[in-house]
Amino acid sequence: MKLSIPGRIFRAFIILVTGLYLLGPLYGMLDFSTKPLGLEGGRTLRAWTAIGDNPDVASSLIASFSIAIVVMLLVFLLVVPTVIWVHLKLPAFRRPMELICLLPLAIPGIVIVVGIAPLYRWISINVTESPVSLSGVYAMLILPYTYRSLSAALDLVDVATLAEAARTLGASTMRTIFGVVMPTIRSGIMSGVVISLALVLGEFTISALLAFDTLQVVIYLLGRQDGKIAVAVALSALLFVFAILFAIPTTKRQRVILDADVA
Amino acid sequence: MTQSQIARAGSSTGTGSRFWRNKKAYAGIIPFLLLTGLFLLWPTVNVVYGAFFTEEGKFSLDYIKNTIQEEAHWIPFLNTLKISFWTSIVGGLIGALFAWAISTGKPDGIGRRFVMAAGGVLAQFGGVMLAFAFFATFGFNGFVTTFALKFSETSFLASPDWLYGLFGLGVVYTFFQIPLMFIVFLPAVENLKPQWSEASLSLGGSSKDYWFRIGFPVLFPSFLGGILLLFVNAFSAYATAAALISQGTIITPLDIGSALSSEVGGASAPLAKTLSLYMVAVVVIVMALYSLLRKRVSKWENTK
Repeated sequence: MKLSIPGRIFRAFIILVTGLYLLGPLYGMLDFSTKPLGLEGGRTLRAWTAIGDNPDVASSLIASFSIAIVVMLLVFLLVVPTVIWVHLKLPAFRRPMELICLLPLAIPGIVIVVGIAPLYRWISINVTESPVSLSGVYAMLILPYTYRSLSAALDLVDVATLAEAARTLGASTMRTIFGVVMPTIRSGIMSGVVISLALVLGEFTISALLAFDTLQVVIYLLGRQDGKIAVAVALSALLFVFAILFAIPTTKRQRVILDADVA
Repeated sequence: MTQSQIARAGSSTGTGSRFWRNKKAYAGIIPFLLLTGLFLLWPTVNVVYGAFFTEEGKFSLDYIKNTIQEEAHWIPFLNTLKISFWTSIVGGLIGALFAWAISTGKPDGIGRRFVMAAGGVLAQFGGVMLAFAFFATFGFNGFVTTFALKFSETSFLASPDWLYGLFGLGVVYTFFQIPLMFIVFLPAVENLKPQWSEASLSLGGSSKDYWFRIGFPVLFPSFLGGILLLFVNAFSAYATAAALISQGTIITPLDIGSALSSEVGGASAPLAKTLSLYMVAVVVIVMALYSLLRKRVSKWENTK
């Protein structure tokens, strides 16, 4: 569509104003994190170099990445195979399954905390105090996104015929699911990986109220002692997620982002 | 094999083994049901149950009826509705305009790729990090504040108290609403066919005619859907407010958070659950409207 001259001016105005509003606070983070301590001018990278020396940041990163790995394992080994299994063998359960998977969309994070707090009290007393136990509830949070991208991918491929063919050639059910169907819909599965990573690195509500030191909780606590380091860590986390999203090719990324945000 | 043999073979494997096969099929979903039952279904039931029953397990509507009448809970609830409404309208309008502006650019350029990725990150960028970004910009040592101080000590931006109230929270929420609307709305704007504007032009319509008779009516359902999503997004947010506002419970999520953390011996568990139920009720209503709207939109999209 060709734009008229007033149209073009309007367009440039919108991009400029929105861009300034969105980039301003990011510049603010860069500016703030490189300010020296006293009133003297100049710039310092003290806050940025201090990230590496901070043991809390390192241990929270380890915790958050471990959670992300366990969440991915749960998704790969349990959620995805079950969705395929229901698709192939138990069509009657498709509708209830969809309802279960979309349920987290109707429940705000803070409400999940209220409901699940007694369970985590029990887990921390009887099983483990490790933050990795958060994987259970995080896997629930990404259910809607995993389910949507999976069911879209499964609708595109004729899974029933594929499974039939695999069985005729003598494959077991497990082999059919893991060796035949899952590789066919790997792009749908990949978007699940990206979402899990972004969600686990950004989640605060549940981990803070259940008192686990994940990345966001440590950033929050750091902010009370040394704002500059906290801002530097936050900006790095942001750039990291941006790099992941930027690396995925456009069409696929559009879907990933859409899946992630239509919540 | 004759026809009848095939039929018989079919029927003999029928009832008996299908029942067995179904049993096996149900067995396959047990691990999934255990996981979701433990981490999703039980907590949901727990919240609903807790709002309707007293600590002793007696059915009671007292909490549901009384909590909302107390000013300490009613005002935050109203605030939450207000902030969700305004930030979804303002963020939705700006985000929709931005989506239009971007859609008129090159579809495969590096610029588009950059904006899409940035939009994805910024829409997810709620919470603690966002609150810090605003501290660093409009807070006491922020660059906008220091800049404003140089010009006038009395200017609005020079004293950052506004940032720590409901208005400031709204400004911060709008920051993540704009990119979310951009991402949700971009496909709709890209669906506008250039042929439509050409047809309108060749029939003698002005660009105003095009927008008011074709563009806006076509986009309206998607726009409304986007606004509803933004509403839920703001309504459910906890982290941003928790990091920005250290004292007071000006919105319901903070109210629930404080009921939870002051929970000594589970005294305020019913309160947290009741407030949670109110929130779920609002979200369920809005999401139901959203899915009705989606159905209409997809019906329209499928007939194109």
